[in-house]
Amino acid sequence: MRRQDEAEDLVQLLTPEGERVVHPGYDLDLPKSQYRGLYRDMTLVRRLDREAFALQRLGELGMWIPCLGQEAAQIGSGRALEPDDHVFPSYREHGVAWCRGIPPLTLMGMLRGTTNGGWDPRHTGFHLYTIVLGVQTLHAVGYAMGMRRDGDSSAVVAYFGDGAASEGDVSEAFNFAAVYNAPVVFFCQNNQWAISQPVDRQSRAPIHHRARGYGFPGVRVDGNDVLACLAVTRAALEHARRGDGPFLIEAHTYRMGPHTTSDDPGRYRPAEEVEEWQRKDPIARMRAFLLREELADDAFFREVDEEGDRLALELREGVISMPDPPVDAMFDHVYTGRHTLLEEERAWYAAYLDRFEEPRA
Amino acid sequence: MSAANTITYREAMREAIREALRRDDRVFLMGEDVGAYGGCFAVSLGLLEEFGPERVRDTPLSEAAFVGAGIGAALGGMRPIVEIMTVNFSLLALDQILNNAATLLHMSGGQLNVPLVIRMTTGAGRQLAAQHSHSLEGWYAHIPGLRILAPATVEDARGMLWPALEDPDPVLIFEHGSLYGVSGQPGPGQVDITSAALRRSGKDVTLIAYGGTTGKALAAADVLSAEGTEADVVDLRVLRPLDDATIMESVGRTHRAVIVDEGWRSGGLSAEIGIRIAEQAFYQLDAPIQRVCTAEVPIPYARHLEEAALPQVPSIVAAAREAVAS
Repeated sequence: MRRQDEAEDLVQLLTPEGERVVHPGYDLDLPKSQYRGLYRDMTLVRRLDREAFALQRLGELGMWIPCLGQEAAQIGSGRALEPDDHVFPSYREHGVAWCRGIPPLTLMGMLRGTTNGGWDPRHTGFHLYTIVLGVQTLHAVGYAMGMRRDGDSSAVVAYFGDGAASEGDVSEAFNFAAVYNAPVVFFCQNNQWAISQPVDRQSRAPIHHRARGYGFPGVRVDGNDVLACLAVTRAALEHARRGDGPFLIEAHTYRMGPHTTSDDPGRYRPAEEVEEWQRKDPIARMRAFLLREELADDAFFREVDEEGDRLALELREGVISMPDPPVDAMFDHVYTGRHTLLEEERAWYAAYLDRFEEPRA
Repeated sequence: MSAANTITYREAMREAIREALRRDDRVFLMGEDVGAYGGCFAVSLGLLEEFGPERVRDTPLSEAAFVGAGIGAALGGMRPIVEIMTVNFSLLALDQILNNAATLLHMSGGQLNVPLVIRMTTGAGRQLAAQHSHSLEGWYAHIPGLRILAPATVEDARGMLWPALEDPDPVLIFEHGSLYGVSGQPGPGQVDITSAALRRSGKDVTLIAYGGTTGKALAAADVLSAEGTEADVVDLRVLRPLDDATIMESVGRTHRAVIVDEGWRSGGLSAEIGIRIAEQAFYQLDAPIQRVCTAEVPIPYARHLEEAALPQVPSIVAAAREAVAS
C-alpha cells in the first residue's frame, strides 16, 4: 500500500467520470474548440505512441519509451506553454514534443538510430531528450538564469519523474533555482513506478511537499485531468514569469505501459492496480466531459480516430523507409571540427574494411 | 563438458550471492530493482523471496546514497554487496567510490578499512547508446585502494564474490552485459582473485583480453588456428593489480602481443598493459604490440554502428595476423 495519502490535496477540475468540478485556487474557461483540441492532442499522441511501440516489436525501432496513460499531464502542461517558453524534457515527453510541433517521425528517427538529434531546440523551445536521470533539471535552472539575465520574461519547464526525484541533481536544482529565484517550473510526472520500484520506495512524503523546504510553492495536480494540468501549469508559468521564482508541480498520474520496451511490468506490479488506473484514463475522461457538455459529437470522435489512423500509417511508412546511416557516421560528431585522432580512426576503419574486400575481389 | 553441470553466468552470480547471504549474516545486497524485479539483468531473481527485504534491499534511484550507505554499513561491520545497475550510473557515486571508499583507510591512518563489494554491469553491445554502454573499468583500475575484478567465465562469476567479500578493502566487480546468458561450469565455488589465467595455449601470438572480450579473443584464436596460427589467450581476470607475470610469461613464449580492450584506446587499460610489456618484455618482442579497442567515439545506438565501433572477432583476427606477419 502507498504510504502517500491519497486524500492529500489534489487539484482536479474533471472527475474520472468527466464531471467538471470547481477548485478554489485554479480555474479554466476555454473556447469550445480548445476543449476539443485537447482531446484530439491526447488521442493522436496515444496513437503515435502505440504505433511506435508496435514498430519496436517489429524490430524497426531499437527501443521505445511509452507515454501511455500520461497524455493529460503532458498535453495539459504542454498547451500551457507560450511560444517563447523553453522546455527541458526527460525521455518520455512525446506529448509535450507534440505540443511544441516536433514531428513524431523525428522522435522515432532518434529511437531508430538514424539520428541522435533531429530538431532545433532554439526554434522549437523544446530541448533534446535527456536520457540521464534528472540532469536536465540543473540544465533548466542554468538556462532560466541566463534568460533572466538577458531580460527575457519567459519561463522554463523541466520535466522529470518520481524516480529521478531521488537523484541528487534534482534536489540541487530545486535549491539552486530557489536561491537564484530562477523562472523554472519543475514538472514532476509521478507515474508511480521507476522501472520496478513503486513511488513509496522513492519518497516517504509526497514529492510536491519538498518545494516548501526549498522555499517555493509545490502543488499536486490530478495528472490524468488535462484541464487541471493546463490550469495549474499556466498559473505556475505566470508565477515564474512574474519573477516570483520556481514552482513545483507534481502530476499524479500512472505509467500504463512498461518503463520501456525492455521490461515486463507484469513481473513487478499487480494487475488490479493497472485496472484501477484504467478507470481514471485521461482520454476517456475528456471524452465523457465533451459528451456531457455537448462540446463534441460522434462525428468529431470519428474524425479524430481517422486522423489517428492516417498518422499511424504515415509514421509506419516513414520509419520503415528511413535510411541507415553509413558506418563512418560514428566518427562525425565526437568533436565539432576536424580532429586528428578521429581522422586517424576513420582512415584506419576504412583500411580495415578494405582488407575484407580483397578476398572477394 | 556435461550439460547437466552447466549454468549461466547470471545463475552463477546469483548462486554466489545466495551462498554469501547464507554463509554470513553480515552480508546484504542493496541496489536499484534488485528485489521485487530480481535485478535489471535478473541476477538476483528469487533472492528477495528467499532472504527478505532486510537483506535484499530495493533502493531509491540515488547512486551516491546507496554507495555511501554501503560504505557506512561496511565501516560498521557489515559486508554489503552494492549493485549499481550499470557502470554508467556509477559516475553518480564516483565521489563515494574514489574519495571515500578508496581512501578512507589512508585518511584514517589505517584505522578504518572498507570491506565493501560493488558489482556493476559494464560494456556495450546491447543497443543502449552512448550513456549506457561504457567500459570504464579501466578508469577504476587507475585508483589506488581498490581491487578490480572482471569475471569472464561462469566459474569466475561463481567464485569471485566470496573472496571479494573476504577482502578487507573495497572490491569492484565488473560484469559484462553480454555474458549473463553464457553457459559454463561453475567449478568448485571459490577462485583466486589475484591472478590472470591462460585460457588457451599457443606458440605464435598472445591475445590479452578480459571480461566481455575474452570470449571474442577465444573465438578469434579458433579462426587463427584454422589458418595455422596458434594463439595464447590470457584472460586478465584482475584489472588491479594487474598480474604482470602471466602476461610476460606468455609474451616471452610467443614474442607477439595483441591487447583487446572494449575501453577506448587513448589513455586506457590497453595502454597500461602495452607499456608494461614494453617495460618488462621489450627484448622478447618480435613485432610491434597491436591493440584492438573500441573506436574513439561515444558508443553509437544504431546496431550496425555499435557493432562497427566495438572490438569484434574479425578485428582481433586482423590484428593478430598483422602481428604474426611482421
